[in-house]
Amino acid sequence: MSGRRLFTTPARRAAVAPLLWMLLFFLLPFGFVLKISLSQTVIAQPPYVPVFDPAQGMAALKAAFATLSLENFRLLAADHLYILSYLRSIVVALISTAILLAVGYPVAYGMSRLPARWQPIAMILVIVPFWTSFLIRVYAWINILQHDGILNKTLLALHVVSAPVVWLSTDTAMYIGIVYSYLPFMILPLYATLAKIDTTLLEASADLGGSRLATFWLVTFPLSLPGVGAGALLCFIPIVGEFVIPDLLAGSRSPMIGQTLWLEFFTNRDWPVASAIAIVLLVLLLAPLLVYERMQRRQLEGRR
Amino acid sequence: MDAMLHRETKRGGMTDDARQAPDVAGADIPLLQLDALVKRFGRFTAVDRLALDIKAGEFFALLGPSGCGKTTLLRMLAGFETPDAGRILLDGQDIAGIPPHQRPVNMMFQNYALFPHLSVQDNIAFGLKRAGLPREEIKARVTEMIALLKLESMERRKPDQLSGGQRQRVALARALARRPRLLLLDEPLAALDKKLRENTQAELMRLQRQLGMTFIVVTHDQEEAMMMADRIGVMNAGHLVQVATPRQLYEAPNSRWVAEFVGGVNIIDGKIASRDAGRVTIATPDAGGIIAAAPLQALTTDQVCVAIRPEKVRLSAHESAPDDDDAGGINRLAGVIAGISYLGGQTRYQIRLDSGAQLRASVANIARLDLDAFDPAQRVVAWFAPDDCVVLDR
Amino acid sequence: MKHLSRFNITSLTLGLAFLYLPIVVLVIYSFNASRLVTVWGGWSLRWYAEFFNDAAMLSAAAMSLRVGVVSATAATILGTLAAVALTRGESFRGRTLFSGMLYAPLVMPEVITGLSLLLLFVAVNAERGFWTVTIAHTTLTMCFVTVVVQSRLGSLDRSLEEAAMDLGCDPLRAFLKVTLPLILPSVAAGWMLAFTLSMDDLVIASFTTGPGSTTLPIRIYSEVRLGVKPEINAICTLIIGSIALVIIAASLASKLSSRQGESAAPL
Ligand SMILES: Nc1ncnc2c1ncn2[C@@H]1O[C@H](COP(=O)(O)OP(=O)(O)O)[C@@H](O)[C@H]1O
Ligand SMILES: [Mg+2]
Repeated sequence: MSGRRLFTTPARRAAVAPLLWMLLFFLLPFGFVLKISLSQTVIAQPPYVPVFDPAQGMAALKAAFATLSLENFRLLAADHLYILSYLRSIVVALISTAILLAVGYPVAYGMSRLPARWQPIAMILVIVPFWTSFLIRVYAWINILQHDGILNKTLLALHVVSAPVVWLSTDTAMYIGIVYSYLPFMILPLYATLAKIDTTLLEASADLGGSRLATFWLVTFPLSLPGVGAGALLCFIPIVGEFVIPDLLAGSRSPMIGQTLWLEFFTNRDWPVASAIAIVLLVLLLAPLLVYERMQRRQLEGRR
Repeated sequence: MDAMLHRETKRGGMTDDARQAPDVAGADIPLLQLDALVKRFGRFTAVDRLALDIKAGEFFALLGPSGCGKTTLLRMLAGFETPDAGRILLDGQDIAGIPPHQRPVNMMFQNYALFPHLSVQDNIAFGLKRAGLPREEIKARVTEMIALLKLESMERRKPDQLSGGQRQRVALARALARRPRLLLLDEPLAALDKKLRENTQAELMRLQRQLGMTFIVVTHDQEEAMMMADRIGVMNAGHLVQVATPRQLYEAPNSRWVAEFVGGVNIIDGKIASRDAGRVTIATPDAGGIIAAAPLQALTTDQVCVAIRPEKVRLSAHESAPDDDDAGGINRLAGVIAGISYLGGQTRYQIRLDSGAQLRASVANIARLDLDAFDPAQRVVAWFAPDDCVVLDR
Repeated sequence: MKHLSRFNITSLTLGLAFLYLPIVVLVIYSFNASRLVTVWGGWSLRWYAEFFNDAAMLSAAAMSLRVGVVSATAATILGTLAAVALTRGESFRGRTLFSGMLYAPLVMPEVITGLSLLLLFVAVNAERGFWTVTIAHTTLTMCFVTVVVQSRLGSLDRSLEEAAMDLGCDPLRAFLKVTLPLILPSVAAGWMLAFTLSMDDLVIASFTTGPGSTTLPIRIYSEVRLGVKPEINAICTLIIGSIALVIIAASLASKLSSRQGESAAPL
């Protein structure tokens, strides 16, 4: 047994409990989502048919299987509401990710240029808001953005506007909320790659005649691209399925897909359609999810 | 003797003067002048009132133990550290206000600092592009550098696909490509294994001569410094303690510290007993009276020490020791062989003198058979000439 | 050559101001005496008193605390085991699936996770309430614990464990005597993170909870939907205050205990 593998066997045994847990509570449930997305709504508890009941024997199970259909997916494809909802989610997520990059990069860059002593402090300062509740952070913006909130008061006092501006229930408010909530997720991976860049590379660039700007675009930025990718995925994927922020801050005219799912599930109690929405969303996010998973694995497990 | 030391250079007898000849008009202005240069980090002084002139075309080595301020000095020359006092003159011009990217000086970094996202050729072209050279010129120079450093067939590789020696050559090519007035090399060979290091030392000398550039090489390896450099500056704790040719440094160190830092040495403490023409006699508790050549530099007190290189100590079997010669007299110390280390080209003997003091002697193994080797515990006489003794302050 | 340009200082200051200003505003207004959230009526603690008299809110808070403690503890155990398996287990069959299942929930939209867990609970006819929310939160937060512990384990010098085994420990003992003490700060950080994530979660809890077991975020959410209420400001301030206290205590403790060691993983 070589040194590297000394720990192997007992460590594998450590995988048993978490593996079973995740199989049972993460993977298996997707099977139910898929099955119910192929079922029909009824007014009952649970509000869908068929319900598999092994007690009724094989024949009944077979009959139940036969009633599964793609009806819900056809509905999603046919109804503009759903398609627009998916589109809007993706557009919002793309725009938000772009804003997050534009806001987060300078902050992360500034952090990485701080004297080494101050960098951990800056990092804690960025992380702390993340530890305060998500809901609280969105709520804080309602405080600020409401009709007679502090933002309008300030703008009026500075004579920037002559009448209060409507902020709440607009896309602007939603973008502010999203950028605010996800900013640490963008800054931290960016900072991690920026801080890792060997400063002698920057000196080498200066030594070879690179001005500060040239050094940034030719050395720093290309070397920070892995952080850009990680930050972008870390924000983009959950924003696509975001529910709370658009629900509290954006108008209700064109809901994002998370809101639509919520509406179908809680208000319309149409579980099969909600499940179909989730399945399609999952398929849409599969590619970025796989890329993210690979990046995460490479980063944490040091594989090349 | 001193004049003789000065004349000696290792390159086929070419003298310093001959090597400097091509340097035109301002031949008497050194390329680089450092004037009372000081660098502090907080309360710690890393470089202390350092003065140094380096002529164009010179291969200069900075030698010193780790942490003595060599890198700091180079970084001030490259512009990465700002001196706290003193001046840096390049061609007589103070370059204090010039940012690193505008200095006609390039540096080869201790860790090479190759851009990991750029290929070999893009790394080499980096500085040329910054200089705004036309594209064909850049291409031509990159090709030239690749040929010069034998990097053909790896132009497109990324640094992490190169071996240590190849990386070192890319870093050198990148710095040379801009044809700087002055090239700074910070421990360029430290990361290479012994064999590769020796080849590369010769390679660096060839390049420097071929390109006619001025090199300042930092190293903590004295053999490397002696092998490559025209002149060596020895640094200790931020001070430049001696600047000399390799031979001068070894044969005429100007302080006990330099004598001990450069090569092996026997140091015997004593007190000046008498002086006469060209000779001093030093009374030592360990070895009795030692006759030495009169010191070249002034001594501050008569509490001195005598430094003798081990290969200058000759050994004879007790009964066949040479007699006093006529003129100056030979120093003869009786003792027994206490330790023997056979090293191939030479054998080192540890001799315990009758006073109890230890003396080291190294004897070249000029014959294959060990007929004249000494045995452990054999009584011997160690003897050395007054001219081989250097008298230094304690 | 670390040069702090004006640009860097400006972007840092603006970035941090953006992160903190809304929270500061919220905290200040929680002490507002006026019922109108936007009119300053002087300093007062009346909204805190209101909260402590609000039975529904208090029971929701108690529920959240219970779920948080239980699920964070379970998640820490499972997540640490998973991290050990991933960093020390080399390869085993299903490893890719395993790590995929652990990393995906970190970014998976909560509506999907919540819906799928609910459908599972309905299918097995589980009674929804404390336990279903706890299981759901454990599933989500153990992934975060895994990442935090794994990044510490990955940076840990393996020769320490090898030395322990060389000196006669079996692998389990080497883990308990050498590895575990060294990763303990990040295990603690993982617990903290799991706890706050659980206290914070609205979407997954909304799906998996049942009638009568409302968590604090669900309760706050239903109030917030109706507009800003000063009492919510007070609750939020209490939550922020307790989190700030814990963070300060934790960072002081880690500073005192290991001056030289690396800090626990971020997040
Ligand atoms: N940026 C710095 N801050 C504080 N001390 C430094 C810094 N750079 C170098 N030093 C100190 O200055 C001394 C000389 O360093 P250096 O020039 O790197 O030595 P070396 O001769 O080994 O290259 C060392 O003691 C080092 O600790
Ligand atoms: Mg150095």
